[in-house]
Amino acid sequence: MEPTTAPPKPQFSPAAQAEIKRLLTHYPADRSKSALLPVLHIAQAEFGGWVSPEVQDLVAETLGLKPIEVYEVASFYTQYNLKPVGKHVLEICRTGPCMLRGSDELTAHLERITGAKVGGTSPDGTFTLKEVECLAACGFAPIVQVREKYYEQLDTPEAVDVMLNELKSLVHRPILPWEETGLPNSLKNY
Amino acid sequence: MGRKLLTEHINVEGIDTFDVYRKHGGYRSVEKALKTMTPDEVVEEVKKSGLRGRGGAGFPTGMKWSFLAKPEGVPRYLVCNADESEPGTFKDRQLMSKLPHLLIEGMITGSYALGARTSYIYIRGELLYVLRILEKAIAEAYAAGFLGENILGSGYSLDLHVHPGAGAYICGEETALLESLEGKRGNPRNKPPFPAVQGLYARPTVVNNVETIAAVVPIVNEGGDEYAKLGVGKSTGTKLISACGHLNKPGIYEIELGVPVEEFIYSDEYCGGIWKGRDLKAVVAGGSSVPILPKELILKTAAGENRLMTYESLSDGGFITGTMLGSGGFIAMDETTCIVKNTWNFSRFYHHESCGQCSPCREGTGWLEKVLHRLEHGHGSMHDIDLIVSVAKQIEGNTICPLGEAAAWPVAAAVRHFRHEFEWHVTHPQEATMPGAAYRNAPVLA
Repeated sequence: MEPTTAPPKPQFSPAAQAEIKRLLTHYPADRSKSALLPVLHIAQAEFGGWVSPEVQDLVAETLGLKPIEVYEVASFYTQYNLKPVGKHVLEICRTGPCMLRGSDELTAHLERITGAKVGGTSPDGTFTLKEVECLAACGFAPIVQVREKYYEQLDTPEAVDVMLNELKSLVHRPILPWEETGLPNSLKNY
Repeated sequence: MGRKLLTEHINVEGIDTFDVYRKHGGYRSVEKALKTMTPDEVVEEVKKSGLRGRGGAGFPTGMKWSFLAKPEGVPRYLVCNADESEPGTFKDRQLMSKLPHLLIEGMITGSYALGARTSYIYIRGELLYVLRILEKAIAEAYAAGFLGENILGSGYSLDLHVHPGAGAYICGEETALLESLEGKRGNPRNKPPFPAVQGLYARPTVVNNVETIAAVVPIVNEGGDEYAKLGVGKSTGTKLISACGHLNKPGIYEIELGVPVEEFIYSDEYCGGIWKGRDLKAVVAGGSSVPILPKELILKTAAGENRLMTYESLSDGGFITGTMLGSGGFIAMDETTCIVKNTWNFSRFYHHESCGQCSPCREGTGWLEKVLHRLEHGHGSMHDIDLIVSVAKQIEGNTICPLGEAAAWPVAAAVRHFRHEFEWHVTHPQEATMPGAAYRNAPVLA
């Protein structure tokens, strides 16, 4: 049998550590568990867009929690990815108001041109497609969220191309310091 | 056009910065409250205003505030519910992105009224970019002396923080939200005790929607009586309506409560009518949880009176021929819409979002989704139609939180008003499963 070596234990970057320290000042000293959700967001951004069991253990250690307290939370909230994902996770809203304005067609179109199926990743590892429930931008449907950015009114192939081209040209970088995503168009022209 | 109390300056360049917001009269309510009013006087103005919770339930805000327990030496909290997730609702996102200081101002004035020294804005995790906007604005407010120690020399101190969720509709329920804020799964709590007695960290807590807290600003500035002059009857003031679906001009509209529904849908001042020159088929007037109404019943009540955008008028007729104003998530559907498909979609949503704590909801929402899926896809039977009504009835009232009702009501109402369409899916499975198929000429029954 080949000897197996344990993967190196993940560590937060100094920027992430500083951000976690800041977050902890928001809650009473004996309530550091309150920081769990925001710290999981930081962890997911730091470690490739998903939270592995090792990363969840790191979060538990950082906040002084039992691992199970982190596991049960990470598996409850849909934004935390528990499996590896592609470079860009496209979260497509599928709820009523988006469906009325063509989210089914948008999903089919995205599956066709990215080569990924909903719940999976394209063969080249660029795009993961994920269907999500209402993103609270129903007036600008159909919508896709990628990380912190909303792409709205994706009701033409051209609009989808604009989004995908923008994503392809994005250089992957850590999320800290916080990225400036800019406002969605709908908010620029209220 | 009616008066705009919240969004008057929303399109002013730079209104998201402290200086511009301040120049347009921002933070006057904080000055007025902290310098010239006692906390109880602020609560009194909110009571007089008749303001009702804008998140969906419509509970009088002043009354909610007066229930807050105030034991000596125990901290209490004001928590803003910015977990906007009700399908069809997107007003709070717009308000917070464009006017972050309006919410912060309301939080300061509200926290002062309630005696909170630390307050939180719980924002849904998808809106992290809005969280950044709020954090930037909060930093500006600290720098200007409107947050932190001894605000404006009044002796009152307040810390304000933003806390993200991570994708869970259920966290819009106030006790699930508090659980989530404590770093736990979003399972709603059994009540009593109510949050007013044991909320965040088991301390007395008030949870209010973004729009409710924002409305405190004009109420304190102008006085509760002035605010109550707007609107009709017990529906006072203005309300943000998120209009979406098959409308020419979807978007956010701040309306004075009392605008006729017909005017809201068809006038160019508001939604500009139904897209593509089509006819209106149905409306879900207050977010996906409220009963759907066919065109005839959303425009006029069963008694033939014009339906108005007020709490009372929309609920006229109860659940037999009426609906609710809810969160103001106004979803319009044109004549090509398949009601069965739409009902299935909403049921899938509630199944997905059920926290799984109560069996009737955990299992019932799954059954609703499953049976509606087979009806929509041409494998259903006539019995299935009665089955979903029966399942919905057994969920309703048997769960810890209102997600059960929210899942049951849309199904019951869809069958009540569009039974023919469900039957057509059973009798014409092939036509019903064609892409884009919808039973167009269904005779609509009250």
